[in-house]
Amino acid sequence: MMMKKRKNLLRIFVYIFLTAYSLMTLFPFLWSLMTSFKTTAEITSSMSFFPKQWSWEGYKIIFDSQFPVWVRNSVVVSLIVTLLNLLFNTMAGYALARINFKGRNFLFNALLILIMIPSQVTMIPLYIVIARLGLVNTHTALIVTTMINITYIFMMRQFFIHFPREIEEAAAIDGLSRIGTFFRIVLPNMKASIATQCVFVFMAVWNEFMKPLLFITSPDKYMLTQGLNALSKQYMNATKWDVIMAGAILSIIPILLLYIFLNKYFIRSSDQQAGIK
Amino acid sequence: MREDPKVQRQNENPPRKKKRNRAFNSSFQTTLSGYSFMAPALLVILLFTLAPIAYAFVMMFQKIDMLTMESTFVGLDNFRKVFTDPKFWAAFENTVTYVIVVVPTQTIIAMVLAALLNNKMKFNRTFLSIMFLPTLTSSSAMTLIFMWLFNNNGFVVNLLEDLTGERIQFLTNPDLALSVIMAMNIFSTVPHFMVVFLSGLQDIPESLYEAAAIDGANKVKQFLHITVPQLMPVTFYVVTMGLVGCFQIFDQAYIISNGSGGPQNSTLTFTLYIYQLAFNSNDMGRATALAFTLGLIIFTVTFIVNKVMKADEING
Repeated sequence: MMMKKRKNLLRIFVYIFLTAYSLMTLFPFLWSLMTSFKTTAEITSSMSFFPKQWSWEGYKIIFDSQFPVWVRNSVVVSLIVTLLNLLFNTMAGYALARINFKGRNFLFNALLILIMIPSQVTMIPLYIVIARLGLVNTHTALIVTTMINITYIFMMRQFFIHFPREIEEAAAIDGLSRIGTFFRIVLPNMKASIATQCVFVFMAVWNEFMKPLLFITSPDKYMLTQGLNALSKQYMNATKWDVIMAGAILSIIPILLLYIFLNKYFIRSSDQQAGIK
Repeated sequence: MREDPKVQRQNENPPRKKKRNRAFNSSFQTTLSGYSFMAPALLVILLFTLAPIAYAFVMMFQKIDMLTMESTFVGLDNFRKVFTDPKFWAAFENTVTYVIVVVPTQTIIAMVLAALLNNKMKFNRTFLSIMFLPTLTSSSAMTLIFMWLFNNNGFVVNLLEDLTGERIQFLTNPDLALSVIMAMNIFSTVPHFMVVFLSGLQDIPESLYEAAAIDGANKVKQFLHITVPQLMPVTFYVVTMGLVGCFQIFDQAYIISNGSGGPQNSTLTFTLYIYQLAFNSNDMGRATALAFTLGLIIFTVTFIVNKVMKADEING
């Protein structure tokens, strides 16, 4: 009886704690969302949560700025990078798992070492390589430097190692060609790995700040994160936080939609990243 | 290892032995196909990871003029300049403080939250989904949101004034500016590590807790004596990733200080200083020397922490 009461008390405590933490997590986002609908005058004068007078001014200014161009840039680059990653990482992972070629172990170990080198350490010489190739201020610079990812090569390798070879052999015996086997047998089984990889590569490119800052110089080629930063510098002194928050909220929405529709892959992949190490 | 599909289609059921022989004979072909599958990945790594690393080893001993791309060998001069520079020591102090505060805090919060979420309760998934939000948000959007909260007109400043009567200005105060970045980092990294801990928790056998419950250990004791030691390998991963991430902190410091590292160098981090040396002072050689130093520091600290934690694991 006593035990049960204590257990319930503990349960209530846990619920309160988790609810409090969740609210604390949500608050900055909701506060910013509400700010984006306030007038500039209200922002500096009042602390009320809901806008006294709903205003679309912030969003209007955003859509009249170069923001839509930056969104387009980010969408195009992120999609291309995601597709290339998917193709190249899968190919490399397949080779490391299934093709017993000379030097395979050496390559595997070399990749294990390379994954540990922080990108900041190589950023300056990387910039010079890009400059020598004449790629400064092009989206190509962003694409070529991010189109493979060793983490996901390892993830795909892991997938192919665990995928029973017998299934492929059986399909081949049943008369399916190698390409047919790949598309009709292997690919449907890869759905989870592919989704995880796509979601995380897309999000990483969408959220990347440093590479665009290094490589892109003209405002019409800015990526969204970089544009958002430029925009904030422009409006911060005038305390036009409604504009800045409208931009910040809009920039989060695509990832948020991905998260809502593909929720399970987001949480899953964090597990898998732990498994790699 | 891969067989020609044509052969298989003609032969409904090829004898196994023949297949093996074929595979053995075509080892050249296997190697060729192996490397062609790896080619795009290898090319990208060669050009954009290995070449920069090799180049870094040359650059850090050179003085490079970005305009003419002319370089002269200066030996260890770049390193001498780095270590005698007060700004280096400011960046050093900031980054080290940052690591010491952020890594333990985010690890502990993530572990506790994961343990609470693992209690098989209702709405678990809802809590998890909401808490995960900051991890999805880009560093630039997150930084702007935090700047708005901690701004001189911001929510936190006003709230603290209502509570204490004192108007604390975070972003313009050299003693507090870095703490805003710390809070933001903890806020946005905790959910990621929480999920990592959660998957680690699922591998702990239920029987351990049952045995402890029979012995009369309460939940807190169970957490300290079963959960924490059992999670050690995961903690080890989380601390390592946290260390590497904190030493590299850049985006937030850049956005908050508009690239200056101010006020009074209080948000100047290693990586921000590397960026400034390379792109504001146009001293690529010194920037590379500093980057190499940072790499060494990250490697050494990770190594020491791993040794200490491993030793702990054996004793505990």
